[in-house]
Amino acid sequence: METLFGLDYPTLWFLVVGGLFSGYAILDGFDFGAGAWHLFFRKEESRRIALNAIGPVWDGNEVWLVIGGGALFAGFPVMYATLFSAMYTPFMLFLVFIIFRAISIEFRSKEPMKWWRKMWDFVYSISSIVLSFLLGVVVGNVLQGLKVGPDFSYSGDSFFGFLTPFPVLVGITTLALFMTHGAIYLLLKTEGRLYAKLTRLLKGGIVFFLVAFAFASVYALVFIPHLTEVFKENPAWFLVPVLALLSIANVPRLASRRKYGYAFIFTSLSTAFMFMIVAVNLYPNLLFSTLDPEYHITIYNAAASEKTLGIMLLMAAIGTPLVITYTTIVYYTFRGKVKMDETSY
Amino acid sequence: MDVEIIARIQFAFTVAFHYIYPPLSIGLGLLMVIMESLFLYTKNKEYEILARFWTKIFALTFGIGVVTGIVMEFEFGTNWATYSKYVGDIFGSALAAEGIFAFALESGFLGILIFGWNRVKPWVHLVSTIGVFLGSLFSAVWIVVANSWQQTPAGYKIVGEGMHARAEITDFWEMVFNPSSVDRLTHVWIGAFLAGAFLVLSVHAFYLLKNRHVEVSKKAMKIALVVAAVFSLGQLFTGHHSAEGVAKNQPAKLAALEGHFEASAPADMYLFGWVDKEKQEVTGVKVPGGLSLLLHGDQESNVTGLNAFPEDERPSQVNAVFQFYHIMVAIGMLLIVLSLVGIWAWWRGRLFTSKWLLIAFALAVILPQIANQAGWFAAEMGRQPWVVYGLLRTSDAFSQAVSANQIVFSLVLFFIVYLILFLLFIYLLTKKIKHGPYDPKEETVRPNQKEMAHLFESKK
Ligand code: HDD
Ligand code: HEM
Ligand code: HEM
Repeated sequence: METLFGLDYPTLWFLVVGGLFSGYAILDGFDFGAGAWHLFFRKEESRRIALNAIGPVWDGNEVWLVIGGGALFAGFPVMYATLFSAMYTPFMLFLVFIIFRAISIEFRSKEPMKWWRKMWDFVYSISSIVLSFLLGVVVGNVLQGLKVGPDFSYSGDSFFGFLTPFPVLVGITTLALFMTHGAIYLLLKTEGRLYAKLTRLLKGGIVFFLVAFAFASVYALVFIPHLTEVFKENPAWFLVPVLALLSIANVPRLASRRKYGYAFIFTSLSTAFMFMIVAVNLYPNLLFSTLDPEYHITIYNAAASEKTLGIMLLMAAIGTPLVITYTTIVYYTFRGKVKMDETSY
Repeated sequence: MDVEIIARIQFAFTVAFHYIYPPLSIGLGLLMVIMESLFLYTKNKEYEILARFWTKIFALTFGIGVVTGIVMEFEFGTNWATYSKYVGDIFGSALAAEGIFAFALESGFLGILIFGWNRVKPWVHLVSTIGVFLGSLFSAVWIVVANSWQQTPAGYKIVGEGMHARAEITDFWEMVFNPSSVDRLTHVWIGAFLAGAFLVLSVHAFYLLKNRHVEVSKKAMKIALVVAAVFSLGQLFTGHHSAEGVAKNQPAKLAALEGHFEASAPADMYLFGWVDKEKQEVTGVKVPGGLSLLLHGDQESNVTGLNAFPEDERPSQVNAVFQFYHIMVAIGMLLIVLSLVGIWAWWRGRLFTSKWLLIAFALAVILPQIANQAGWFAAEMGRQPWVVYGLLRTSDAFSQAVSANQIVFSLVLFFIVYLILFLLFIYLLTKKIKHGPYDPKEETVRPNQKEMAHLFESKK
């Protein structure tokens, strides 16, 4: 098997997909999080400022989902097909809510009527909350494993099979993480009254996150034995959750000193570490079969051909610097506190 | 109902809805690039006003294009799991390339295009507009390549058997430049340019009829008319190439496009007609020997008919395929006539005074839309019963894990959501059009954060 830097192609692509999904969670995470707080802002101006804080970037953030999905499809078609058809209901709901969220952002400012704006504010905030939750639910299901049988076929209930306790806990934790992350982003973008309100909200967000995270972790330790196996086999990996905890612990410390720039970096890092925990738990599997370990979907039995993986690694090598350049240009152009003009929402 | 049929209906419905918007964005992108370049070149404010106005409408079509596109990407996994496993190796790399090279470029610069007018230098803004336009062109590249591979597979080998069979890439460039890619891509691009040009023509013809925004509208109509004339002629050319390609690579489809049952020399071509599948007859107006002439350059040559293929290897909806195809071609001809008449009237100095011509342009906006949809329906229904031509049957391609109820449920859900989306789109579009290109500072409340900060400080 061909290798690069001592890693085989499927492993490299596993890292690429993981990197893309963490990038997605960090970027869309803050704008979902900002949306989740939306109804807490009472004043029309505050709501507009909060929306314009994400205005020029949310669409670009969603592209990471498209790229991540494409990368999963391309590298591990079997995983893509099995996961998406098994998780049919959450994915369909995700699509419906992502549509509603996009329209609410676009359409809210197009009419001055109070009821119009209130209605879209409500849709925007609820869909941001549901989307964050659903993302976590899917991750939870992947960690917990699905009823995968021979030939990668899913034999569980594909209507409501996705709603079991652990995924729900992961979903709530994800929501809390995004809300913390989003509040910090908004603090970077706002001044005055809204800023003052956000400092208070952020405290609530952090507490919410810590509680949710504790519940999810304890549940995993007690009820899902395969999630602790890696750490027993190779205690060195234990470093990852420890780093995650340290990085999370840093957030309230920085927030209390109003160093929101650094705090934002640390909520981003924490998100990345969470994905690393998931990756460490999974590797070299992609999806556990709860029926029989023989049916696990792994990076090897799900991978595209070596040739395709090689081509795509090359594409990623060319494309990534480009993507980073555009992203930087955009964030640089709209740096600093929100300023309104006639192009704003 | 069985899963296959509902899955197909759902896919057709969602992709057809998606395809209302990307052609508009691609076409408007081209016109915006022209308008903004003219502004930088001539320094005439009116071009800037036009560019800004169309950017707002572009933002609307683009936004809906993006969300409905995400649905499409997910649907491959949710509804067509077996297909996704089968073609993942090939299709996946096209989709990944699309994300990295096209969508990232597009949405990266979109922020600056829409929100950056007052923030960056004019040339930087133009670069962003071009970036978004190129991004949208690239998006069409990869997805059309992927679809063309399904029509005319190349550069692959089949590994495994039965449930485990799948296609693997052997030659990337051969896969990309499969026999139908180039013809179909150029045809799709031009279809998109026409959609954009006719929207611009329609809106500005409407203004001229109402005697509003007269000067800018004249400028806009001239630009759009040139684009429309060049590309409606171009479309005939690329379409003809496509038809030759179909005759060579997918003879069963070509036979269905023309409702041609028995191989015959010479073969006739219908201008319009109705296909009776049972009797194997077409009733309508025909050009004797036309098909042979178009495909082979003489009136004698033989054209294969549907009966040359086993019953289970030909498209079952012959009449539908025939009708969609003929609608597209008829509209293609109509667009050529319309834009040439426009150019002629312009040359005669009558373009802006002929009421009938302006009314025709105002209404013609719907034509490229219908042609684009009809073209895809003809191409995709003509490919049946294959999902990958000659290799994988549609009946084997859908997700085994998903039940008919689930798809019906999501189909109804999407139907409702898309209906809302469509109504909002039409509502906002007409509102923007009524409002016009000039911006009389409609918004009075513009919160200023600095002032608010001050208020807050003084309260403390
Ligand atoms: C790269 C892939 C791809 C692309 C770019 C398109 N399609 Fe497609 N289409 C498929 C891939 C596909 C498919 C997944 O292969 C389907 C699903 C079932 C089938 O037989 O083919 C299909 C089916 C399908 C059908 C149903 C045909 C039938 O079941 O008889 C219609 C009407 C369309 N498509 C229409 C469109 C339109 C309007 C498109 C323009 C955007 C389009 N397709 C682009
Ligand atoms: C089934 C096939 C298709 C899939 C899976 C698909 C997928 C997508 C996705 C995921 C997006 C959103 C990208 C983003 O987040 O920015 C999108 C938007 C877009 N798609 Fe499609 N698409 C399909 C068909 C097509 C076709 C045939 C075209 C060709 C013209 C096209 C052109 C575009 C363009 C230009 C955009 C940008 C948004 C816009 O301009 O409206 N798509 N598509
Ligand atoms: C002028 C005469 C035209 C001819 C002879 C023609 C021919 C064709 C043919 C043969 C196909 C099927 C290709 C395949 O299945 O591989 C096709 C598809 C298509 N046509 Fe046309 N066409 C014409 C005009 C138009 C116009 C005016 C539009 C839109 C404004 C249009 C849009 C499309 C689209 C979107 C498709 C589907 C994509 C594809 O398969 O290329 N066509 N056309």
